Amino acid sequence: MTTRIGIEVSIAVADAVQLCNADVVAAYPITPQTHIVEHLAELVANGELDAEYIPVESEHSAMSACLGSAATGARTFTATSSQGLVLMDEVLFVASGMRLPIVMAVANRALSSPLSIWGDHSDVMSVRDTGWIQIFVENGQQAVDNTICAFRIAEDNRVLLPTMIHLDGFNLTHVIEPIIMPEESEVAKFLPPNKFPLPLNPDKPVAMGSFAAPGIFIEAKWAQEQNMKASKKVIMEVWNEFYKAFGRQYLPVEKYKSDGAKVLILTMGSFSETASVAVDELIDEGKDVGQVRLRLWRPFPFDEFRQAVKDADVLVVLDRAVSVGGPAGPVASEVKSALYNLAKKPKVVSFIAGLGGRDITVKGFKDIITKGIEIARTGSKNEYEIYGVRE
Amino acid sequence: MVTLNDYASTVPIAWCPGCGNFGILQAVKKALVALNLEPQRVLFVSGIGQAPKLPHYTRGNLFNGLHGRTLPAATGAKIANHDLTVIGIDGDGGAYGEGVGHLLAASRRNIDMTYLVHNNQVYGLTKGQASPTSDTGFITKTTPNGAGLPLNPLMLALASDISFLARGFAGDIEHLSGLIQAGIQHRGFALIDILQPCVSFNHTNTFAWYKERVYKVESEGYNHADKAAALIKAQEWGERIPIGIIYRQERPVFEEQLPQLKAMPLVKQPIDPMRIGALLDEF
Repeated sequence: MTTRIGIEVSIAVADAVQLCNADVVAAYPITPQTHIVEHLAELVANGELDAEYIPVESEHSAMSACLGSAATGARTFTATSSQGLVLMDEVLFVASGMRLPIVMAVANRALSSPLSIWGDHSDVMSVRDTGWIQIFVENGQQAVDNTICAFRIAEDNRVLLPTMIHLDGFNLTHVIEPIIMPEESEVAKFLPPNKFPLPLNPDKPVAMGSFAAPGIFIEAKWAQEQNMKASKKVIMEVWNEFYKAFGRQYLPVEKYKSDGAKVLILTMGSFSETASVAVDELIDEGKDVGQVRLRLWRPFPFDEFRQAVKDADVLVVLDRAVSVGGPAGPVASEVKSALYNLAKKPKVVSFIAGLGGRDITVKGFKDIITKGIEIARTGSKNEYEIYGVRE
Repeated sequence: MVTLNDYASTVPIAWCPGCGNFGILQAVKKALVALNLEPQRVLFVSGIGQAPKLPHYTRGNLFNGLHGRTLPAATGAKIANHDLTVIGIDGDGGAYGEGVGHLLAASRRNIDMTYLVHNNQVYGLTKGQASPTSDTGFITKTTPNGAGLPLNPLMLALASDISFLARGFAGDIEHLSGLIQAGIQHRGFALIDILQPCVSFNHTNTFAWYKERVYKVESEGYNHADKAAALIKAQEWGERIPIGIIYRQERPVFEEQLPQLKAMPLVKQPIDPMRIGALLDEF
């Protein structure tokens, strides 16, 4: 079935969760995520999704309920945004430490204060180190496809790590896009049943979350880290299987007209598409530019990333979050670390823009790339540039 | 003399036309004027929701923090400066859902402040999901089969030995304003649960629904000093819904119980670096 239908991206994500036949959804409303879980509540109530829907009293409780649910071996989903995500923070660490394959859609939104319901990536960056697999999507189709892939990745017994799908709040969640919804039978073929190896079961008692004395704690973290690293192979395997089944390909690092380009811009999320248009226009104007998009944020795809940028002279990095007083935007900092020990590497220029719902237009991206080239040539007294501030 | 004009704001109001919040806003302003309190003496603390926008639409000091976390911020402000008249404002989501633990702590400690909870039995800001006080069977987008058992905030407050408990109705501004005045004048933690029609998302508990049911406890010779009677009164819901002061007692407020705060607010106490210096010298 390759018919595209016009559908709100939030609704499509909920429909994707239905196609995956999730068993438990626990969530709390927060703008701009609410439509996803409202639609899931509706699907459950209509009997279209055979699942338990738990309307909890806070996001902390939502993720806690997900822990319990996933621990019994149930296929578990939730969605949140911004303050909700940071309220979950301590529970997120438990989910990954206990190796519970929860899938969560995050409608990326700025953090207070000042209060903003609009999009940026400050919520993502605040949960960077929680031990979750994190995947960015750029449009509605990618959100649907990667929600389906996320269950297969998370639940793979070689992985068993919770997985976040990051989709930009409003720019994606609230827009109607033409999306191909996979058939239920196709998804059933692609996504095997969840076989959690050690579920809570009265017949076979297990203990979860036991205390770890100094003699064992670091080993537990080492095991988690090994698994996160190894998960990249499975993620790529799943994406490859998805490509074979559905014809749409996903890669840890995706390139756009970047081969041989001397100047590259690195982006994540829905603004990537605007940046691509800017790259096209700059090429038409005779500039030697290309684009690299980071799809897989955790585990960080070091090899693919280094390979994608190795021949460039300048790498302009767009961050939609600020690490106040830090060395660069959070993504640029990681990119610099990834490149530091290489003999040949591009100069990295860090730009922060698009905070709290501020748009970056095609002209804005062209401006950022042009300024980035200039800064790479002349240097700057700033560690990073904040673009578009009205002074 | 303080007048209503002193509490007038030019910020455009973003509530739906006909929202119960308008009545509550008017009642708050009237209470502050009746008590002759100047706006600069008042601190409004609020969280996230439709109700917490109220301070934007009047004048006074404002601390607008996180969803459900009004009371911890208000507690800090009151402890540091108990000369302030502190008014906390939340909806039923922030007060009885995400922030319910803070409600019990503030009530138990008897922080000298007034907490107004605009209780419309639904989440308004996020566009109509069930709240902790939604009636059983209430259908929303997150509860298509109907909400479960509602929380009874009055019973909860009584269990935390609250010192002032009242319920008002947004549709009776004069009466509500009187309750707010009494709450502000009360020494200790005052919770005023306010029945608030939501014209957009709650078509069950409407203005008419409340109006048919509410009655004033004071008109029936009710004794609000009797906790056993209050426990019975707090459970009335359905055909008849009591409004008025449900329970009131005198017990020491938080700042009276701490020797450091008893004499004067922290902000008025001098900082004496010499004494700290002497202490540091010991090491």
